[in-house]
This record gives sequence, structure tokens and C-alpha cells, in this order.
Amino acid sequence: MTPLLELRGVEVGFPVRGGGVARAVDGVDLAIEAGEVLALVGESGCGKTTLARTIVGLERPDLGEVRFEGEPVARRGRALREYRRRVQMVFQDPAGALNPRQTIYEAVAEGVRIQKVPGNEEALVADALSRAGLRPPERFFPLYPYEVSGGQRQRVVIAGAMVVGPSLLVADEPVSSLDASVRGEILELMLGLVRETGVSILVVTHDLGLAWNIADRVAVMYLGRIVEQGTTEELLGDPKHPYTAALLSVVPEAGVREPQILAGETPDPVRIPSGCRFHPRCPLYVSGEAARLGIEERCRTEDPPLAPVRGGRQVAACHATAATAGVAG
Amino acid sequence: MRGAVATSATRIAWLRRRRAVTGAWRDYRRSRTGMIGLAVLVLAGLVALGAPLLADEGDLRAVNAIDNPSWAPPSEFGPLGTDNLGRSVWAQFVWGSRISLLVGLAATVLAIVIGTVVGISAGFVGGRFGGVLMRGTEWFLVIPFLPLAIVLAAVLGPSIENIILVIGITSWPGTARLIRAQVLTLKERLYVDRSRAFGASGRHLMGRHILPNVMPLVLANTTLTVPIAILSETTLSFLGLGDPTRASWGKMLEEAFRAGAITREAWWYFLPPGLGIMLVVLAFTLCGQALEAILDPRLRERRS
Amino acid sequence: MSTAPQAARPLLSVRDLSVTYPGAGEGVPAVRGVSLDVAAGETLGLAGESGCGKSTLAGAILRLLPRGTEVTGEVLLDGEDVLTMRPGRLRAVRWTELAIVLQGAMHSLNPVQRIGAQIAEAIELHEPGLGRGEVRGRVAELLELVGIPAGRAQDYPHRFSGGQRQRVLIALALACRPRLLIADEPTTALDVMVQAQVLRLLARLQDELGLAILFVTHDLSTLASVCRRIAVMYAGRIVEEGPSGEVFRTPAHPYTRALAAAFPVIGDPAFRMHPSGLPGDPPDPRDLPSGCPFHPRCALAQPECPAIDVRLRPAGPGRAAACVLVEPS
Repeated sequence: MTPLLELRGVEVGFPVRGGGVARAVDGVDLAIEAGEVLALVGESGCGKTTLARTIVGLERPDLGEVRFEGEPVARRGRALREYRRRVQMVFQDPAGALNPRQTIYEAVAEGVRIQKVPGNEEALVADALSRAGLRPPERFFPLYPYEVSGGQRQRVVIAGAMVVGPSLLVADEPVSSLDASVRGEILELMLGLVRETGVSILVVTHDLGLAWNIADRVAVMYLGRIVEQGTTEELLGDPKHPYTAALLSVVPEAGVREPQILAGETPDPVRIPSGCRFHPRCPLYVSGEAARLGIEERCRTEDPPLAPVRGGRQVAACHATAATAGVAG
Repeated sequence: MRGAVATSATRIAWLRRRRAVTGAWRDYRRSRTGMIGLAVLVLAGLVALGAPLLADEGDLRAVNAIDNPSWAPPSEFGPLGTDNLGRSVWAQFVWGSRISLLVGLAATVLAIVIGTVVGISAGFVGGRFGGVLMRGTEWFLVIPFLPLAIVLAAVLGPSIENIILVIGITSWPGTARLIRAQVLTLKERLYVDRSRAFGASGRHLMGRHILPNVMPLVLANTTLTVPIAILSETTLSFLGLGDPTRASWGKMLEEAFRAGAITREAWWYFLPPGLGIMLVVLAFTLCGQALEAILDPRLRERRS
Repeated sequence: MSTAPQAARPLLSVRDLSVTYPGAGEGVPAVRGVSLDVAAGETLGLAGESGCGKSTLAGAILRLLPRGTEVTGEVLLDGEDVLTMRPGRLRAVRWTELAIVLQGAMHSLNPVQRIGAQIAEAIELHEPGLGRGEVRGRVAELLELVGIPAGRAQDYPHRFSGGQRQRVLIALALACRPRLLIADEPTTALDVMVQAQVLRLLARLQDELGLAILFVTHDLSTLASVCRRIAVMYAGRIVEEGPSGEVFRTPAHPYTRALAAAFPVIGDPAFRMHPSGLPGDPPDPRDLPSGCPFHPRCALAQPECPAIDVRLRPAGPGRAAACVLVEPS
């Protein structure tokens, strides 16, 4: 079955002052199926937000292609507009995502008007707000964004995205700016939308707990590349990439793993390390385990491809994993 | 059912605009200096508009003033005495207010229109086009006002229209830079991205998100540019570049100076126009500051 | 409440502290009668969401609140009340006994002053007799203590990453060797790996310097692994307190239970596809509900909850909770 959205070798770079290019997205292959929730997990600087923006058309890939329902995504014209209707974004900061001079009605109606969604505008807006949990919707029509709470603002943003009838929602840190006790309701709303309308959701987040909470599959991103992918249970239960393992180990209450706190911070995307981009911080490399496995040279010089682990759908880009998997047979 | 939709959506838009205006007025009222400035402006406006009622235009002509005593202080003749040719200073003051305010406002409108168009274009389009526009703006900014104004006035000839043109052409760069900076900030806002994600055209972004957030700044900037224009007119008239056939406060000062009113201590000739200019300029500045405080988007968004 | 014998007087003892901001009518009650103790060398976690008063409490302890704020109660530092100290004594005590790392502090470093100079400034303010060389030595020592090479004292703040700036602020707070550090959301804006680094640093400082820490945050899961005891704040009051592990795993107060549930435990099937949150929003201090402030959002609300302003009652050894459902054991 063709995936709903497919990315092949997508690269997005930004010129940096003083010469050089920051390769925010450095060759990403990703596929999202219909009706699934995929969590794209990574720390700041890994390129996940750039990737999300590229998917919704706010950035243009320098290389590679984005395919929607099997067809390459248009670059302009009516076809692009149609793509924009099918793929919508939920933003990280609901206060910033809504024009403070527009009422909630106008914020939701904006999509209807731009996309020329057929039907009675008022009814569409009321329905979208209602499905997003804001009832009675008429009460919210004349209000300004600053007059409602953070959770309600995010519902407005979700309503605005859903009113045009998308097949894919890209949610960039949808709950990180909300109070902890309020997050559950928004997440419940999003899962409900998947169940009711069959929409797929790509959740971009740094929070592994969030992935465990709502995602069917997880992809881990580091310095512009996807380094591991798999179902939530597999990936978070038995990570095969040392970066994923390290991230999991430092999440509080994630189990009894010994915390592997990596040294330093994610390098600048202008100077991506040679070979495996993770090797300077990789616990296996730094501790000498890689040398012991005889792959140290390869870690430094060869960029490991995403390879299947234990023959299943889980994939990881690591020489050590490939080596041990090979040994295990 | 399009009709019903229109009424509800437009009703909401109308309610929103009314709320914004009444809210802004309520905030403005809180500023004491703003209210003082507004009062002075209303007074000046009334004087300018009511000129025909307050003084006879004929009194401005020297030929009608032959029989009047010259250099007469207010105690002897009229509310403000007479000048060196016996003309009523009061008439000049009242009718001169018209020219000063008219030139100030007209020149400002010209400057604001040019500045806003350039600023928005440079900011919104950006790239090389924006760069070229900004280099042009800086060129105008760097040219010293007075020499340019003198040259232009000399070339074009002294008339009200030309004065307006001269001031307008030299005052727009400040506005252009301000507007461009604001547009650049607005372009980066998340709600603009959201609109783009819907597939909004440049026209929609401009009309819905950029312009409404830029216009208040334009309004505040306008209110602060008017005093500059009035002072520029005063300067040009004082230097003799103004329209010799029309009375203006600047021209009054020029004639007073030339006729030696200061050595004669004929305060009633140069004090009224000087004070008039000062008060009107101050009033516009106070209003502009009060407006800026209300309409500055950074402060506005925090309001709750 | 605590059945263990008090060996020594606690280092910090807050007694019935109330803070009211000036506002309409009677003012805005941000903190309403909070009492807590921090023993020397101990870490106490203070958890709560926006509007609960935790940041106000942190500021009140050091008397950093704006003029016009009404503060009642006692803040006993080794028996001496900070709130009634004369200005000279307060200045002497601030930074040398009690120090604070404020929320959003990453942005409060002076951008045009080298960080070494900023730390030196703090030292010189409190110990004017020290020679230049001695001060420089102390600065180098402090930077090494927080894991920053001493040579970087010459750098300006913009040359440091977010995590490094946070460490600089910790170094700044420790400049005069205080005995208690109040950390208000010290890791909130940081990536999970950098967060782990900073937390490990704080734990090490606690060990090496015998530093007591009052750790204020909304992230309950962080507190569970870092602090020995936790207090949970809601609507200006402490609604639960006790040993951190117990409070997180078996909360006694319904709010704590809901807050804990908002942080999914990876690997625990109970959290799979089951987002859990509270309806409504954290209460506005200007408009608090009657009786128990949590009752409008509480799933276990009893008929008497809107009427009874319930206070902390014993809920086990070393534990207390402010809920009518808690039976004194």
C-alpha cells in the first residue's frame, strides 16, 4: 500500500553568515501511513522543525522529493494549494500562531476562505470549533486569542487546521507550551481525531514520554538524519541505536537504566562530523567498545545506512548494531 | 445561505473593529498629555477653519491697511496690534494658521504615502529589490534637508504646492525605514506562517496580517511627522523661500525679523506666530506619543 | 506531621508565608499560607503549574518581589527571619547564605560583559577585601566547578549555548558559597540531555559542597529522581508533601495524581494510547473557587468540597495532603 506521505533523500540547508551551509535536514527517508501517529523525536538542532516545515510547504527541499499519495508534490499552482489542504500544521506556540487582532471566528474562517472550502462558512467554523472541544462554539466566535486559556488556544489552532479537511496533521511540539495537567486533553483530542476522521498525525517533539503516550511509530532524528525508526514498543523498549538508548536512559522514570549522559551538546549543523555523525559523542565509540568490535575506523569514515534490525520493520543507522546483528545471525 | 453567513461574519468583524476603536479611545483618554495635546489641536483646527469668522481676509492686504497705524501694540489696535505696514497681526495670525497647518498636513501625507509604499515594498518583497529601495532611501536620508530644500525651492519657484513637494520629498525616508523594520518583524510571525500553510497569496498576507499591524504604526508616525513638516515650512518661509503672496506663521516671523520687530520690541508681531508654532508642534508630538504607546504592537499584544 | 526526631534546626524554615500582589479590591493572593522546611544539604522539590505561586514563593524568600507586595509570615534562615532583616543584614545574607537562579535566567546575563567579570562582580560586592588575583582564582574555581573550562571566563554570553549559560548562572549563584540555592525552573528550556547534565551537576554540588537546594519546577518527573522530598503547590497552597518517590508513585491528593499521570512512564502499558489530563485550567489567583480550590477539576470531588477550605492533614509517615478524602492514619 502506498504510504500517505513519503520523503526520499530530502535535504534542506540554510546559508550561514560567514560562508558555509547549515544542513538542517541532511538526507531523510520517511514514510507515513494513513491513519497512523508517527512521532519524530529529537533534540533542538536536529532539524525536526525544518523537516516539519518542509512537509507543509513552508520550506523547499534542496534535494530529494516529497511524495503525497504516490505523486510528487507540486511546487506551485492549484495542485500545491490542494496539497496544502490535505496537509496542515499545528504550531508549537498557540499564542504566536494566532493573529492577536483577529477573533477566533476569523482565525478558523481564514482557512475556509483561502481554501474556498464549499459550504456555509459559519456552520463550518462552528462545527470545527465544536469538534475541537470548544462548546458552545458561538460563545467563542467574537473572542480574541488573549481572552482564552492556552489549552483553548491550541484547540482553536487545531480547529483551524481540521476545518479544511486534511489527511495529515503535522504537529510541532503541540503541547510543550501548555501546562502539564492540560496536555492530556489536547492529546486525547488529537487521538480522537485520528479515530473519527482517519487523519494521520506526525508529531514532532523532544519528549519521548509523549511518543510513548500517543504514537504508533517513532523516528529518532540526530543532526539532520533519521538514526532509528520502528514501532513505539520496539524502539522505546529495546533501542538499537546508541543515541536512542542514551536519550531513554536520561528520561526520568524511564526504568532502571543506568543514565548515559552524553558529553557536550549537539554539534553545529554547519560542521557535521565525518563518517557516522554521532561518533564523537557515541558512548560506544568514546568508551572503546567500538574499537573492541573492530568498527572504530568505520564509525569515523563511513556513514551508516538505515539498516533493518532483527529482520523486522525497525531500522537503525549504526555500525555497531549492524555488526552485532550480523554476529547474532 | 451565503447571505446569512455574510451578516454573521461581517457582524463579527464590525464588532471587532468597534471594540478596537473604543478600546483605543479609552486607553488614549488615560494619557493626560495626550488629551492636552488633543485639546490644543482641536483649538488650532477651529482657529484655522474659523478664520473667515475671526478676521477679515481683506485685512491682510497692505493696500487696505494704509490708514492703520504701523507698529501699533495690541492696546491700541485689534487683539494683536499691527505690523510695520499697518496690517492686522491678528488677521495674519488667524489666516496664517491655515497655511502652516495645511502645508504641514499635506506635506506629511505626501511623505507618509511615499514612505509607507517604499517601506512595505522593501520589507515585503525583500531580496535585491528591497535592497535597492533601501539604498535609495538612505541616499535621501543622507542629503541635508536645508540645502536640498533651498535648491528645490529655487528651481521650482516659491509657491505653496512646491513647498509641500519639497518637504514631502525630504521627509519620507524616516517613515520608510520604520515601516520596513515593522514589516520584516511581522513577516516572521508564526501566524503569517500559518496563513502561508493554508496557501495564502501574498495579497492575502498583506491585507490580512501585514497591513493591519503596520497601519497603527503609520498613524503614530504620521502624527509625529506633522510637526516636522510644520517646522520645515516655518524654516523655509523664514528663509524667504515661501509663497510671498500668502501669510503663514513662518512668513510672519520672516517679515518681523526683516522689519526689525525684535529691536523695536514689537513682541505682538513675532511672539504669537512663534508660540503658535511651538504649541501646535508640541501638541502633535504629545498626541503622537500617546498614540504610539497605545498602538505599539508589542504593548498591545500583552494587553489582557 | 513528621514523626522523625528533628536532629537539628532546618536551614530554611518558611512559616505560614502569604504573598498578596496589589490589585483590584483586596489584591491578588499568589501565596496563601505556605510552610516548608529545608534541612542543610537537603534537596526539596516544589512542583506546580502556572499560577500556583511557586515562583512568587521563591522570590519572596529572598525578598525580591516588587514594592507594594504584601508579604506576611516568617522566613527563618537558621532561626533568623529574612522578612524582618534590616537592609544591611539582608544584603549581607543575600548571595552569601541564600542564592537564587531565576526562571528565564538564561537571558539575564549582561550581553556586553564578559562572564568572568560578571561572576567577579558578585564576589567583589560581598567580599570587597579580596585582591584581584584572589577574585580571579575564585572565578576560575567556580567555572571549573560547573564544568566550564576556566579559560572561557574571557568570553561573552552569546558565545555560550543555553546549557552552558545555565551553568554560568549556577556558578554566579554559588559565587559567595551560599548554603541554600533556590533554583526556579533551571532546566525547563533545555534539551533532555543537557537537562540531565545540569541535574547531574546540581547533585554533585550537593555532595561536594553540602549545598541545600530548593528546586522549583512544573516537571514532577524530574523532581522524583532529583529530590528527596517533594511539595506540590496548587492555587497558592501546598496540597501535598512527602518523600519524592512515594508522592510520585502513590500520590495522596487527586491533583498530584493527575499531575503525575501527565508524565507518562515509558514502558508502562497503562500510558500507551491513554493520554491523561484534567479538564479546565489551573485557577486564576484573582478568581479562586470556594472551599478546596481544586474541586472544579477533581474527579473525586465530594459534596462538601466547595464548602470546606481543607488544609494539610497527615497521610502517612512524613506525608501530608490537603484533601477531605485523606483519612488521618
